[in-house]
Amino acid sequence: MTIVSYLSEIIIPFVIVFVIGYGIVEKKNVYDIFIKGAKNGVKIVIKLFPTLLAIFLAINMLRNSGVIDFIINFVKPILNILNIPVEIMPLALLRPISGTASMAVATDIIKASGVDSKIGLIAATIMGATETTFYTIALYTSSIKVKKIRFALVASLIADVVGMATAIIIFNYM
Amino acid sequence: MLNKIWPVFIILSFIYALLKSKMPELNDSIFNSCSQTVEMLLTFLGIMCMWNGIMQIIKETTLIDKIKKLLKPFMKFLFPELNKKSKAYEEMSMNIVANLLGLGNAATPLGLKAMQSLQEENENKETLSNTMIMFLVLNTASIQIIPTTIIAIRSSLGAENPAKIIVPVWISTILAASAGILTVKILSKRKEKK
Repeated sequence: MTIVSYLSEIIIPFVIVFVIGYGIVEKKNVYDIFIKGAKNGVKIVIKLFPTLLAIFLAINMLRNSGVIDFIINFVKPILNILNIPVEIMPLALLRPISGTASMAVATDIIKASGVDSKIGLIAATIMGATETTFYTIALYTSSIKVKKIRFALVASLIADVVGMATAIIIFNYM
Repeated sequence: MLNKIWPVFIILSFIYALLKSKMPELNDSIFNSCSQTVEMLLTFLGIMCMWNGIMQIIKETTLIDKIKKLLKPFMKFLFPELNKKSKAYEEMSMNIVANLLGLGNAATPLGLKAMQSLQEENENKETLSNTMIMFLVLNTASIQIIPTTIIAIRSSLGAENPAKIIVPVWISTILAASAGILTVKILSKRKEKK
């Protein structure tokens, strides 16, 4: 474990030092190049602002009004039949929508059920194995103003469902 | 799509909050969203510029050629329609490497630039190309070697072995990504026939 946590601490500084060192070896003006690249970042972020605001507004309103809780209560009976732990459901629903909210929910679940319990392990695996699908798609498509996303959402959600199902199966049956 | 879903989300929230008398909470959520977006973008601005700078160095050295060489077989399989000389090719390769290393906040700026380059070459500017969709699905699948964030959380909550979930995470991500890739492969073929 100490090796893993050390690795996760060193990786970002290492990548930065490695790239800059590589540039020096090839005799490049690394500082000038860095500034040139950094300038580009500003343009991209400013383009994103309106879209992100719109998405956050809709998601936060859905959550605070209680609509998401309503949906969770609605699907509970189905979960019991499929042998899916009910505790996982808020996480499964929020995970594709909001990164911060799902991280908060996952931490809650892990605390409540125990960090090394079956449910705690499932929640952690789901967090590690999936991404904030809606947010990622909105972010990536908004910067280029595309109207039709075709099957991008369907394919990503299929991937999410398979990832979550795998996590549940691993700890339920192994 | 968002022109339809977005208003539904908002109107539905309003009606539900009205019925359940949750107006104060709904009110909060509106103002929180505004400040939350500004906060997030400020953080994002810093990270974005930093990684864009590092990325520029990679692009102007021979490091980019090494990365491209390493990923060549995967790129060929995943993006058969992508021109190897395209500007997007480099940015996409770097995005995939950043994802694998778990550098999520580096992968996003790279991914956004790649999408812009892909859009320049896109024949129909209003719709996503097959290449763009495959690229999106890869990014939503979050394939990473070490899931650092969740290990840190488990460790902070006092897990016996915080890294215990690494192998389950690998299995789940790989199966998830394969399902996503397969779906894109099947659906993009079907569209071509029409």
